[in-house]
Amino acid sequence: MFNRIVEVTGLQKHFGKYEAVKNVSFHADRGEIVGLLGINGAGKTTTIHMLLGLTKPTAGTVRVFGRDIETSRTEILSRVNFASSYIALPYNLKVIENLLVFAHIYGVKNPKNKIEKLLEDFEIHHLRNATSGRLSSGEQTRLNLCKALLNDPELLVLDEPTASLDPDLADKVRKVLQRVNREEGCTLLTTSHNMLDVTELCDRIVFMSAGEVVEEGTSDQILRKYNSDSLEDVFISIARNHSVDGRGDKVASSADLKKVKVS
Amino acid sequence: MRWNRIYALVLKYFFVCSRNAFRAMDIFFWPVMDLLVWGFVTLYLLKISGAVPTMITFLVGAVILWNVFYRAHQVVCLSFMEDLWSRNLLNIFTSPVKVSEFITAAYILGLAQAVTVMVILSAMAAFMYQFNIMTIGPDLPMLFVNLMLMGWAMGLVATALIIRFGPQAEVLAWAIPFLVQPLCAVFYPVSVLPAWLQPLARCVPASYVFEGMRASLSGSNEVVFNYALIAFALNVLYLAAAGLLFKYMFEQARVKGLLAKYNA
Repeated sequence: MFNRIVEVTGLQKHFGKYEAVKNVSFHADRGEIVGLLGINGAGKTTTIHMLLGLTKPTAGTVRVFGRDIETSRTEILSRVNFASSYIALPYNLKVIENLLVFAHIYGVKNPKNKIEKLLEDFEIHHLRNATSGRLSSGEQTRLNLCKALLNDPELLVLDEPTASLDPDLADKVRKVLQRVNREEGCTLLTTSHNMLDVTELCDRIVFMSAGEVVEEGTSDQILRKYNSDSLEDVFISIARNHSVDGRGDKVASSADLKKVKVS
Repeated sequence: MRWNRIYALVLKYFFVCSRNAFRAMDIFFWPVMDLLVWGFVTLYLLKISGAVPTMITFLVGAVILWNVFYRAHQVVCLSFMEDLWSRNLLNIFTSPVKVSEFITAAYILGLAQAVTVMVILSAMAAFMYQFNIMTIGPDLPMLFVNLMLMGWAMGLVATALIIRFGPQAEVLAWAIPFLVQPLCAVFYPVSVLPAWLQPLARCVPASYVFEGMRASLSGSNEVVFNYALIAFALNVLYLAAAGLLFKYMFEQARVKGLLAKYNA
């Protein structure tokens, strides 16, 4: 069985003169939970979009399950799923209808049973006949996660999965994701600004800033390196010492950054 | 191509329409209004000028067939725009749905809507104006298929432009059929057009369809097959070109990161 689930090598994305992603490389192995962190505009979402085949890289390669996303998009995406707090399912469809559509897209067997189980897991079973557009943002986030787990993905890509959830629901969502990872061996690649998500979920962290990977390792390794006991402090340190100007040009180099210690 | 994915996309559009009374109205209201207005105009012309009675068959037949083209075109665009409006593009294009499956689903929806509208308008025309669309006879399927194909091709061109230029290009979904309508010879023969426009009209498959319809209704069936054949050849050419344009624009949207941007 192929152990390297995601392999990103020398990934670049330029939008005109603006370099959104500059020579990014990282990987995720089977069963790992990898956190992709960075301030807004660091290039995380663009990287994820290239990983999912939505945006075409300027240079570099994305290999998922050992195959290139540019040449094997359909085969890869049938084993992957994606959820973001910032995108919605069609607002004028009922919850059950939205999930049924995506269950058919992913060729889920016994879709109704699967949908009911996921609605129970995320505690929105009472909303099955509600119109999606009438859900609160927290309920929509959980609906997106139901959609993302419909096909029992081998790789789940999440963009800030707990962004609009209260602490109680965020904790429940993390538990579901941990269970999916532990029991089904699903590899997770997640972006988050919530350091509790990162601490509780992630086996390894990839810090991005100004389109580059500036740190990579387990949270313990990164905390030791920055002589800190808080990932939030490390995040702030990286954000402030690796700041960018309006067009994304770096003000401080990554070498400068590594000299910074959190007080 | 996987039929489960095509079925899912068709099912999604069905759910959208069944949940939205205004969409259902959009599908049925305008074609019915078209038929009523043109039907009454024709009755009035017959009354005041004693125009030839075949005029009513020409005009009412033209309204029904024009709606086949218009609906086929519009639904191809709308099936994409529904995902644009509901910010669902990211979910669709990060799923295993292939572009060819997306287009096939749009074509199926176009066909379904064109057939539905044609049946409704034909029934209304029979009831209100005693016009029987079946008088076109065995030529009708050939004419229908050609309008369908042209609607698909134009719909694909409009969708490709919307993908590339974004929501500000949405107006094309409604405007393109009316931009080409003068060249389609819907309500008049191509010979009525100025001489310099006639060669352009001869490049539009619908012009052969409507000439064919008029020939068929006036009993000159022998020319209809040739008209349909020319229209079919042009449609094959345009569908291939529209497919290539769509593929190119879709790739451009990926290069420029537009699919994600439209979702923001």
